[in-house]
Amino acid sequence: MKSNRLKKLACAAVAALPLTVAAVHAQEPNDPFRGPALEALKGKWVAYLPISAGFDLAQAWGGVVKTEAERYGMKFTIQDPNWSTDAMSQGMTSLIAEKPDVIVTQNPDTQSLARLMMQAQRQGIAVIQLNMQGAVQTDAFVGPDFIALGRQVANMMVSKCGADSNTSHKISIVQGVLTGGVSYFQIQGIMEVLKEHSEIKIVSSQAADWDASKARAVTETVLQQNPDLCGIIDVWDGQAIGTGSAVKQAGMSDKVYVVTSGGGAKSTCDLLRDGTFSAVVNYDAPGMGRDAWTAIMVAMQNGGGAKMKTQIYSPSFVMTKNNVDEASCWNPENYAKLLR
Amino acid sequence: MRFPKRLGSLSQEQIVFLITICMFLVFSLTLDNFLATSNILSLLRSVAVLGILGLGMLIVVLGRGIDLSMVANMAISVAWTIQLVRVGMPLGWALTTGLGFSLLMSAITGVLIAYAEIPAIFATLAMGTFIYGFGRAHLITGTDVVYLPAEFGWASAIGQGKLAGIPVPILLAIAMAIIAYLFLRYSKLGWNIFNIGDNQSAARISGIPVRPVIVLKYVLSGGAAYVAGLITATAVQSMNTRIVNSNMIYDVILIVVLGGVSLSGGRGSVRNVIVGTLLIGVLVNGMTIMDIQYTIQNVIKSLILLLAIVADSLINPRDEQTGQQGDI
Repeated sequence: MKSNRLKKLACAAVAALPLTVAAVHAQEPNDPFRGPALEALKGKWVAYLPISAGFDLAQAWGGVVKTEAERYGMKFTIQDPNWSTDAMSQGMTSLIAEKPDVIVTQNPDTQSLARLMMQAQRQGIAVIQLNMQGAVQTDAFVGPDFIALGRQVANMMVSKCGADSNTSHKISIVQGVLTGGVSYFQIQGIMEVLKEHSEIKIVSSQAADWDASKARAVTETVLQQNPDLCGIIDVWDGQAIGTGSAVKQAGMSDKVYVVTSGGGAKSTCDLLRDGTFSAVVNYDAPGMGRDAWTAIMVAMQNGGGAKMKTQIYSPSFVMTKNNVDEASCWNPENYAKLLR
Repeated sequence: MRFPKRLGSLSQEQIVFLITICMFLVFSLTLDNFLATSNILSLLRSVAVLGILGLGMLIVVLGRGIDLSMVANMAISVAWTIQLVRVGMPLGWALTTGLGFSLLMSAITGVLIAYAEIPAIFATLAMGTFIYGFGRAHLITGTDVVYLPAEFGWASAIGQGKLAGIPVPILLAIAMAIIAYLFLRYSKLGWNIFNIGDNQSAARISGIPVRPVIVLKYVLSGGAAYVAGLITATAVQSMNTRIVNSNMIYDVILIVVLGGVSLSGGRGSVRNVIVGTLLIGVLVNGMTIMDIQYTIQNVIKSLILLLAIVADSLINPRDEQTGQQGDI
């Protein structure tokens, strides 16, 4: 009896075997899209050319893109012009000659790389611009919508220092490099909002060239002249550390609202905790790295560079002392290690 | 062109001092709060670092030399100090190590100039690049801005503290100016630096240990750079090594030359540096109050420098003696 049942079972199993095999066969072509996608990525060359490989944003972007590129068998190279626009355009020129498949770059200002980027596009090289938008549109711009971000920051300021508040309505603005995209577009957004709020008085609007020491010196004098200052907008957290220090050392952290924006590195979170900054619009640099990687995948799987042009606006959120502990404050060291 | 006789007796230092006084008066009359004690303190505070670097540069220039590696030395030695504290080294040790690094680097510079006889301008240019490159490759390997950790403790007061209402950087600058003055005026070594700057061969023949003195003067400038760096870093709670790419070193040379120190060596004093520093301080402070853009500030700054140089060459025309001194 028992063996009979076993036999039946065996028969059934044998009968089912072709079915199972067929099922396995069917499963493989079940994802017919993966193969071509991997094929489109494999062996391609991503060249990374930020303004400098030595600062938090560029390290996070590069670290994420490199990890993903290597996961899919792509070649990743990095050049470090170390804040020299000259070295950067030379690097771009030689890259164009070597014809990588993708150039991921960051404009030092709106003009310097514009012609070179057009040249690269003509040769079919995909060009992805991070954070600092240039004067030409390429495969992708990846970064927050800085005009909107400027408007957001200005509105935060209006709610603290505007007509409804019992303050002097005096604010100061610290710009970066005047022609740098991050500064230029942000100021544009800020001014759009402030124009509608005539009660707000801008007592100073100076460029600090992304340098914390300069931002500190400017802000110290501004505070001296306007001890009743209500708030300060600084366009980048990397230089705002100087702005915030000046406020803190003048003992005015309670009175002056310091708002800035940046990639949300650990150092920025620490400065929120100790009261150097009042609020930071965090545009999450590792997230931008992911967006850049998305742009690379889109370009590679759609026939290479210069096929379509997309503005990829990265998400951002407002960080204050209250929610800083829930935010993912990343350590640039970890990404710097990946790039080395 | 002929100028009235009384003007003709003015030195460049006096011209610059006059320009400073004039600007000070104009700003006092036209700008609100310019004369407020707090603004004068912030004016002085903002140029304290420049002044200290200027003192180091003065000692080097007096002995006929120039130190273009100062800013690189300052940035890397202080950034490394902060880095060491961050990874857990006790503060005292970290400060000593950083100072040691700065002095060692400047001693190497000195040896290259004194013993290998490489012209100062090339040796210090190369050493500046070397210090920066070495530092970024092996000492500060993360971001190029190193943030001050809480463990920096009492040393934070170097840039942030106040003593009797006066910011510590100003006091440090004054103290260093007095030390430099006493050293140059009353010590034998200081006197020897003047002699070497005036005429190196004569100094050697008369028995002055020329080479060791040259090394020493670069070491002193390295020490000044370290102090200036500590002030910079503690004031903004971070050391930005990108400062090496800025034109700060030219600002240092500017205040030294502006005050009337001769780049060909042997002539100048601490007073010259103070006058040059004050001019820049008054100028930049006034322009910031007027909300003049930083880029335009640079243009005005260089125009004032040109004005001072032109005034000097009109009032004190080159003669055979000054011509032979040679300028860089």
